[in-house]
Amino acid sequence: MSKVSIIIGREYAERVKKKSFIFTTILMPIFMLALMAIPTLVVLMGGTDTRTVTVYDPEGIIAPQLVNSDNVEYVIATQSVDTVAPSEGTTLLMIPRGLVGKDQPLRLLADEAASMMLEGEISSQVERIVEEERMKVYSVDVKSIMDAVESDLSVNTVRTDRDKTTSSGLSYALGFILTFLLYMILLLYGQMVMTSIIEEKNNRVLEIVVSSVKPTGLMLGKICGIGLVAVTQIVIWAVLIVAMSAFVMPALLPADVAADITSINSGMGAPTQSALDSDFLAALAVIADPTYVLTLFGILLLFLIGGFLLYSAVFAAIGSAVDNIQDASQLQTVAMLPIILGIVFGMMAAGDPTSSIAVWTSIIPFTSPMVMMARIPYGIPSWQIILSLVLLYASFLASVWVAAKIYRVGIFMYGKKPTVKELIRWARYK
Amino acid sequence: MNIIEVDRVSKQYSGHKALDEVSLSVPEGSVYGLLGPNGAGKTTLIRIINHITAPDSGSVTFDGHKLCEEDMARIGYLPEERGLYKKMTVGEQAIFFARLKGLSRQEAISELRKWFDRFGIADWWGRKVEELSKGMAQKVQFIVTVLHKPKLLIFDEPFSGFDPINANLLRDEILRLRDEGSTIIFSTHNMASVEEICDHITLINKSHNILSGRVDDLRREWADGHYSLTYTDADPTTFMETLSPLAGTFATSVDTRGRNVLDLRLAPGATLRDLIARANEASTLHSVNEAVASMNDIFISAVKANDPNTLL
Repeated sequence: MSKVSIIIGREYAERVKKKSFIFTTILMPIFMLALMAIPTLVVLMGGTDTRTVTVYDPEGIIAPQLVNSDNVEYVIATQSVDTVAPSEGTTLLMIPRGLVGKDQPLRLLADEAASMMLEGEISSQVERIVEEERMKVYSVDVKSIMDAVESDLSVNTVRTDRDKTTSSGLSYALGFILTFLLYMILLLYGQMVMTSIIEEKNNRVLEIVVSSVKPTGLMLGKICGIGLVAVTQIVIWAVLIVAMSAFVMPALLPADVAADITSINSGMGAPTQSALDSDFLAALAVIADPTYVLTLFGILLLFLIGGFLLYSAVFAAIGSAVDNIQDASQLQTVAMLPIILGIVFGMMAAGDPTSSIAVWTSIIPFTSPMVMMARIPYGIPSWQIILSLVLLYASFLASVWVAAKIYRVGIFMYGKKPTVKELIRWARYK
Repeated sequence: MNIIEVDRVSKQYSGHKALDEVSLSVPEGSVYGLLGPNGAGKTTLIRIINHITAPDSGSVTFDGHKLCEEDMARIGYLPEERGLYKKMTVGEQAIFFARLKGLSRQEAISELRKWFDRFGIADWWGRKVEELSKGMAQKVQFIVTVLHKPKLLIFDEPFSGFDPINANLLRDEILRLRDEGSTIIFSTHNMASVEEICDHITLINKSHNILSGRVDDLRREWADGHYSLTYTDADPTTFMETLSPLAGTFATSVDTRGRNVLDLRLAPGATLRDLIARANEASTLHSVNEAVASMNDIFISAVKANDPNTLL
């Protein structure tokens, strides 16, 4: 068994056995799901609380036209206003005389605070009725004209180069999430490599390890070990999500929604007659399609590994050169800056995936992993993905080569905080 | 047969020459002392022998062939600054280092059991290193260094951090390892331990090898023509001037009873008889002794002779 693999084994086991790793890996997707589910649940729960509003309308024009809604039930007062006292739990709405002729404030008597929602509901209904009443003067049936011309459109882009209906809204969201995920992982795991090297240097265990393994071997072992931890985490997440999309989603969805999704996934396009928003349906369709999720994860992994290797080599070189994390902060900007640029361009690319800046930054290494992940959900030519990957992995080899040279010198340097210039000189040593 | 031959090795660090054409030979089965003031280049030399860093020029021969990466498994190194992975258990950690030196997991476990029993620390196996005291961690570190039965052992200040009892235990283990066939390179400032266990030494100062040889020979050479005179009734300066044609003066001091002491070395051609005669004329002479050369004296005088400006 080669020495590097022993190092990889140690680095991997040390991290995967940690409670914090198990915790974040298992709980993160559950937490994310909960975050998505909570708004839906709130909407579902919110409908049960109905308020009764007693309406006193002396002219009798407005009150009969009020329509009960999910939250408000209207009762027309039959007695005169003097005898109608708001009893406990009821709310009294007073419609002023001559409201149709002239705008006047409505009065709402309530024994508790009226909610924004209730006030909004009442005013919009009364406004509608008043407007309709006023229109009657012109003897034009505006309502039927409005019904005839009203339009509510959504765009279903049918890609001629792919066999599936997509939604830009979904692609945007997906690109955004993937870019952010990659950004987080590059940053967190890259810094993990750096701090772990600083730690080894600090407690001097390094000198013993390098008396058995060449420094380059140690560095590679560390990078690969920590990289495997990142891959493990992503794979576990992927398995959880795929399992959910394959088994849990179909069981949870109502039959008619499931039928719509099947129709989208079988390539017939979004159904025109559907109770649900087509973007929402497309999103469900994607999550419920395991092959698509798997492909996406496959590409994500390739970019994740390439990006991680590229950046962790830079982080490793920085970690080897300093004695403590405080000293690292300044040098770290060298590695952080391109990652941050990556997410900025990635966010731009999620909005406009075919702009030339998005295309270029998704091919140039350093920013490419993040920008590419933002573009991929839109479906882009394979040659761009392949070119980007080739460049990414080539530049990883170059960065490891340089980093190893700096690392070899840096790990034995204690004391003075080196400058970037000194790092470059170390890289040139024989 | 020499296990290590260092031939004109030089190593340069940004503007500073850590080693300049250093050569030395370590005979197989010896305990070889590597001495020198701080910053002399000892650690750099040790790293080169360990194959951790490569020399800029010169060569290192290990056991008859050019030192290569495979030889790392046949060398055990205990650095001056000790360190272990704090979060790992003692057992897992020892197995990890043993495997890096080429042992299988099973070999490592059975060897470790022996050592842990010998040191009486078998119950530490499952404990994390951060729970151990400094002395305990040192023992673990020592075991990790010698576990793979290396042909060459390199100890950098091995006794620092050990109490006298454990230091003795350690010394006995080092000598036992030598008797079992290992060669030991021993870097230290502690001259008493050098006299006690080293057969050969090399003294490095300012990146150069300034003194090399068998400890016995060096002490004999140094003592040769080296005397200590105790006298009264003479001014030290005039006294030294009187004797100067016959001797190179080393040091003048005052002993516990207030008498003057002059350490000197006979000049070439001068005899002890002439020296005593002249000293006797110039002062009341109480004693003339042949100096006993301690490694400490040799160390200081050699460093001073090499560079008179050094402050010691």
